[in-house]
Amino acid sequence: MTKGLLDIEALDRAEIESLLTRAVDFQPLQTQRDKRLDLLDGRLVVNLFFEASTRTRISFEIAAKRLGADAISISAQGSSVSKGETLLDTVSTLSAMKPDAIVMRHAASGAPHFLARHLPTIPIINAGDGQHEHPTQALLDARTILDNRASLEGLRVAIIGDILHSRVARSNIHLLSKFGVDIVLCGPAPLVPQDLKHIAPGVSITHDIKQALRDTDIIMMLRVQLERQNETNFPAGEYSRFYGLRAENLALAKPDAIVMHPGPMNRGREISTEVADSSRSVILSQVENGIAVRMAVLERVLQ
Amino acid sequence: MAKLLIRNGRVIDPANRIDRVADVLLANGIVRGVGENLPSRGAEEFDATGLIVAPGFIDMHVHLREPGFESSETIESGSKAAAAGGFTSVCCMPNTSPVNDTAHLTRYIIERAKQVAKVNVFPIGAITKGSAGEELASIGAMQAAGTVAISDDGRPVMNSRVMRRAMEIAASFDIPVIDHCEDLNLSAGGDMHEGLASLRYGLRGIPACSEDVMVARDILLAEVTGARFHVAHLSTTNAIAMVAEAKRRGLRVTCEVTPHHFAIHDLEITPYDSNYKMKPPIRCSHDVAAMIEGIKAGYIDAIATDHAPHSVTDKMQEFERCPFGILGLETAIGLSLECLVHPGHITIERMIELFTTGPAGILKLNRGALTPGLPADVTLLDLESKWTYDVNKSASKSRNSPFDGKVFRGRAVGTIVSGELIWQA
Ligand SMILES: [Zn+2]
Repeated sequence: MTKGLLDIEALDRAEIESLLTRAVDFQPLQTQRDKRLDLLDGRLVVNLFFEASTRTRISFEIAAKRLGADAISISAQGSSVSKGETLLDTVSTLSAMKPDAIVMRHAASGAPHFLARHLPTIPIINAGDGQHEHPTQALLDARTILDNRASLEGLRVAIIGDILHSRVARSNIHLLSKFGVDIVLCGPAPLVPQDLKHIAPGVSITHDIKQALRDTDIIMMLRVQLERQNETNFPAGEYSRFYGLRAENLALAKPDAIVMHPGPMNRGREISTEVADSSRSVILSQVENGIAVRMAVLERVLQ
Repeated sequence: MAKLLIRNGRVIDPANRIDRVADVLLANGIVRGVGENLPSRGAEEFDATGLIVAPGFIDMHVHLREPGFESSETIESGSKAAAAGGFTSVCCMPNTSPVNDTAHLTRYIIERAKQVAKVNVFPIGAITKGSAGEELASIGAMQAAGTVAISDDGRPVMNSRVMRRAMEIAASFDIPVIDHCEDLNLSAGGDMHEGLASLRYGLRGIPACSEDVMVARDILLAEVTGARFHVAHLSTTNAIAMVAEAKRRGLRVTCEVTPHHFAIHDLEITPYDSNYKMKPPIRCSHDVAAMIEGIKAGYIDAIATDHAPHSVTDKMQEFERCPFGILGLETAIGLSLECLVHPGHITIERMIELFTTGPAGILKLNRGALTPGLPADVTLLDLESKWTYDVNKSASKSRNSPFDGKVFRGRAVGTIVSGELIWQA
């Protein structure tokens, strides 16, 4: 099978390190007048978004274009997908267009794996699949941490929110675990099942945000969509009281702890505006790093 | 073929406690006798040296998809798959379209099977109209027409009051109630067993307790009503324990397990491969161990396949969108030998019991033994021959099996229905 990027779980530490290192080379590009390289001149990247995500799609588009590749984006709305065509049909059609890589976002877990099995010659990059993984998000998060810390080893990272349904959490857990990070998962019990402890080495669970925040280096808040979930998971009205990040509980973390969020944020729910806009917040650096990291991924997959 | 003499096989007939090298004489569709030097005059002879001669295997849980879903399977193709798997009888679940909830449809299936089926087909009728779980189907009329059990298989009867009434009526007609035990509120939206693997793959979980609470409820209702209650495709540790306890208490509770549930656990499935998507889901390793222990201890009454064909287009979808169910008829014996007999968990005699007297007893079928006078249904087994399952050569119309390409040791090599060799390897 051609080398794509389906998940972090299957990547080894050396591969992650080389992507993160390469991303550093692309970081300065953001502030240069001429932002375009010709590393992937003439290559075609198809962004196939079966689930809306403007921010991730644009980030991948920019990354491809900055490397000199052609990028076209197809969203499920308005495509034949909505007319009852199967995923396989859609992609067979696309493969006839001979893309050099497909970047795929899909609401079903494993959809990129399904594709990769049936289209073994086209590298597939997972841009988020259901509740499974979002590998480039974990890479950009790791890049952002490393911009603020000398290394990942020895860090204590708290991931707070709806872990069960979060692909961002899963990818981060796998990535951080490979570097020996002490990972604390925190959230309402129905959204943080005990079995998650065994998903990777170094993971522990608490349902008490104070315990999660204490002496933590890195705080990763997750977007909470209680309105879209079964109400019985956790009363939406109580969420922010028990699991919201505010200045007073942030004080429990290390003095130089940084706050991350994959966006878009629900201000006042999982994170207070005060914290989101504070000097501790690296949320905008995450967005910026998204482009550099995706350039590194596209380059690796297409070369 | 009026007369068939099967010579020199190792005859294993658990019902009659026979396990010895002998001849079996079949004539005019019935078993004439088992013994040495039986009169062979006028009989065609079949040399079964080195083979096991067993009563015809019965699969009490299959989906033949006709009427309604003929692109996935038909009574004809399903019966061919059954014959190729060593089964001489199958019981077909009612979740066709329309649902088999009337004597009329029961008669139709029986008639159709008479025309096209290679093996015996015994219909199972619905518990409720349309299997919708609300209004009871005409249970007595269906039984009179030939239905051997009732079940809303594919769906549980969620309403406990409806299930209680169904059991009361079933008890009065002495027809077993087979329930697909699943609390839909607990399993809703789930795609695979809830556990470490589902968390890792980001797939929604079907918890073991969704099965357990329903088995518990049904056992309690069976006690209240005196009904014969049978748990379909039982898959969890707690469910086995509850059935064992119900048996100890003398309740008329039985259960079946499927080969795929004792053959693999959730960490062994190929992620997102829809050929591994079924209900109940492949459980975790301790459930698999409990199932094998339950078989050894005698708590399991039958092995059934839950043969559930789905067309390639239906299965070629994202895991969370494709339908539940896999093929089972052609791999059941291979898997049972591999997981139960070869490792020494049970004897071949016990395995044969699970495929013959077990289901026959639950459904009161006058079969499953080589007793003189019974229908001449025989399964011939070779315990050693190595073979590879190639799903593309399956007699089924569908291709949804996770065991494609698997190498097995041992299989059925001949299927005899009513004294006629209808399939040979
Ligand atoms: Zn079934």
